[in-house]
Amino acid sequence: MNTTILYAVITLSSIGILSAIILFFIAQKFKVIEDPRIDAVAEVLPGANCGGCGFAGCRNFAENIVKNESLENMFCPVGGNDVSKLIAPIIGQVAEEKEPMIAVIRCNGSFANAPAKTQYDGVKSCFFIHNLYPGDNSCPYSCLGAGDCVVSCKFDAIYIDEKTGLPVVDEEKCVACGACVKACPRKVIELRKKGKKSRRIFVSCVNKEKGAVSRKNCNVSCIGCGKCVKECKFEAITIENNLAYIDFEKCTLCRKCVAVCPQASILELNFPERKTKETSTEVVEEQK
Amino acid sequence: MKTFKLGGVHPKGNKLSSDKAIKAIGLPKTATISLIQSLGAPPEPVVAKGDKVKVGQLIAKGNAFISSNIHASVSGTVSKIEDTLEASGYRKKCIVIDVEGDEWLETIDKKPNIKLEIQLKKEEIIAKIKEAGIVGLGGATFPTQVKLMIPEGKKAECLIINGVECEPYLTSDHRIMLERGEELIVGVRILMKAIGVDKAFIGIENNKADAIKYLSKLAKNNLGITVVPLKVKYPQGGEKQLIKAITNREVPSGKLPIEVGCVVQNVGTAIAVYEAVQKNKPLFERVVTVTGKSVKNPCNLLARIGTPISMLIEEAGGIPEDTQKVINGGPMMGKSINSIDIYVVKGMSGLLMMPEKESKRVTPSNCIRCAQCTFICPMGLNPYLISQMTETQNEAMAEKERVMDCMECGSCSYTCPAARPLLDNIRVAKNKVGQIIRTRAK
Repeated sequence: MNTTILYAVITLSSIGILSAIILFFIAQKFKVIEDPRIDAVAEVLPGANCGGCGFAGCRNFAENIVKNESLENMFCPVGGNDVSKLIAPIIGQVAEEKEPMIAVIRCNGSFANAPAKTQYDGVKSCFFIHNLYPGDNSCPYSCLGAGDCVVSCKFDAIYIDEKTGLPVVDEEKCVACGACVKACPRKVIELRKKGKKSRRIFVSCVNKEKGAVSRKNCNVSCIGCGKCVKECKFEAITIENNLAYIDFEKCTLCRKCVAVCPQASILELNFPERKTKETSTEVVEEQK
Repeated sequence: MKTFKLGGVHPKGNKLSSDKAIKAIGLPKTATISLIQSLGAPPEPVVAKGDKVKVGQLIAKGNAFISSNIHASVSGTVSKIEDTLEASGYRKKCIVIDVEGDEWLETIDKKPNIKLEIQLKKEEIIAKIKEAGIVGLGGATFPTQVKLMIPEGKKAECLIINGVECEPYLTSDHRIMLERGEELIVGVRILMKAIGVDKAFIGIENNKADAIKYLSKLAKNNLGITVVPLKVKYPQGGEKQLIKAITNREVPSGKLPIEVGCVVQNVGTAIAVYEAVQKNKPLFERVVTVTGKSVKNPCNLLARIGTPISMLIEEAGGIPEDTQKVINGGPMMGKSINSIDIYVVKGMSGLLMMPEKESKRVTPSNCIRCAQCTFICPMGLNPYLISQMTETQNEAMAEKERVMDCMECGSCSYTCPAARPLLDNIRVAKNKVGQIIRTRAK
């Protein structure tokens, strides 16, 4: 009885030891030499695997950084500058300071501003509605409000406001990974500079129709009148296809264009309230 | 009696206007003719603002292989060429003509007699059809001449004329067969000559007994034309289903009917071919059924292309008060429109006004895997599975499940006891897979 156990233990342990020795030598022979810096970089990265950097996950991003040994065009939007500063010494580079970005919704066609003309009754998917028809408010460029951007966001930073039917970006949570920009079939969402104290000015409309046409569907659509272009001293505003666009690199946040816009389609966010006259009251209400 | 084997449903016929004769509607004050009236590349306008046009004059020319011409449906002055709302709800380029009188081109034969003799040769017929801008009038609006050009290495064996009209409510094809049977037979003979076959079948469902009787009588005198009565089943009017029902041949997945030697044309198209070849009249008018349960006077109207649909609705007694939805087409495959400020196009087979209680969707509940949708799918797909793949954004699997074979007949959504939006999801998948296939081709 005792010998049986003894034999079994000896046989099994010798098989185990033998296999271990074979495996050890095989492992030595076929060893994959991996740059230890990849692990070091991956360690620093947030690990959200959002794909906002343009690579398939954080590990892939780390591999590419180490392979190229440069931080050029390599930016983790989630970690931002802090992460860049941590990565830079690992690969022996100097981190380039990047302005923080944020997603903005360039449509203000809320239930009040662009009243619904039809009632949609079907699958809740912007992609589907976009292929089907222009949407409840008949504007072929407007936000559809079915929340494809909400589904795409991995950081829970965007939600649909029940009152307006428009998506709202949570400034604290948004990391500007750009997933929502890709998900939006109408290209309503844009990544813009976050600005000082998160102050931003942008044209909240992407409608390229002529003014007379777009105004039928929406009270706050950009009509391409060009008043803002004349007012802007920094040549930050351009008009193309009846639509104004503010270049955030040139914009100095002076707010003069907001005051002259007859359609109140230029929005200002996070600015203190104006002291003198009441302009674009709707916009201020919108922010609250 | 013949029918296709796989799947199919039996929606209630509701053919309210089947005994109403086709009535020509008056001319509109202005005609707005959309440039997007067929599949393929949109044609280029050949008239400018201020030009005088006559009825039947070419106003837009299709230059691509899959593209079709558009002719003036009214006489008058071109007042503008601009983007106007069309059935999809988006703005598309249209030619607007202010109507002055009703002056037809001299070349068009306006005499009512029926020309039986076919003088033109095969190639001349196809050229004439191309010139006349004829498209499939069953609703798909595929340019007819492309279907008639048999690709090299293939051989057409028979022509199938689609008089099934399986879509509930619609009756325009039924009325055409009853009222214009003789012209239809000549049209069929022209099409037979164009593709070089000596056999033609006219498939008609047996809920149109009068049409079957009448056309059988006419077909007796014409060698090679047979009327085939079919058992009522939706979607028998689908090309592949009709071929299966009549010839018992199956078109392989992703292939065209010519693969099994068949060419399918709608009865409305056959009439248009007759008019183009024998009477020199391009396609500028069509029969539209205006119907609905609470519509005062459901009717079949012969309308010029570009007539505002409000005129047609007025003719049928206006929009009933309880209407919640106006559908362009039939209830199964049609699409509800978001404004009635649109105009008649070549592909508009009917206008259906749905009362409130029928137009709202039932709230969907969970899929119970009853497999009803799999049983009834005429293409043998698994609608519940594809729908699920759409929800999980698994387009690659949807493609493997042959989502592109779906013809969007809507039988799955119709039959689902849980009222799940199966067709909606399949459409999403079709759109996404289509995009993937196109980028792969590049």
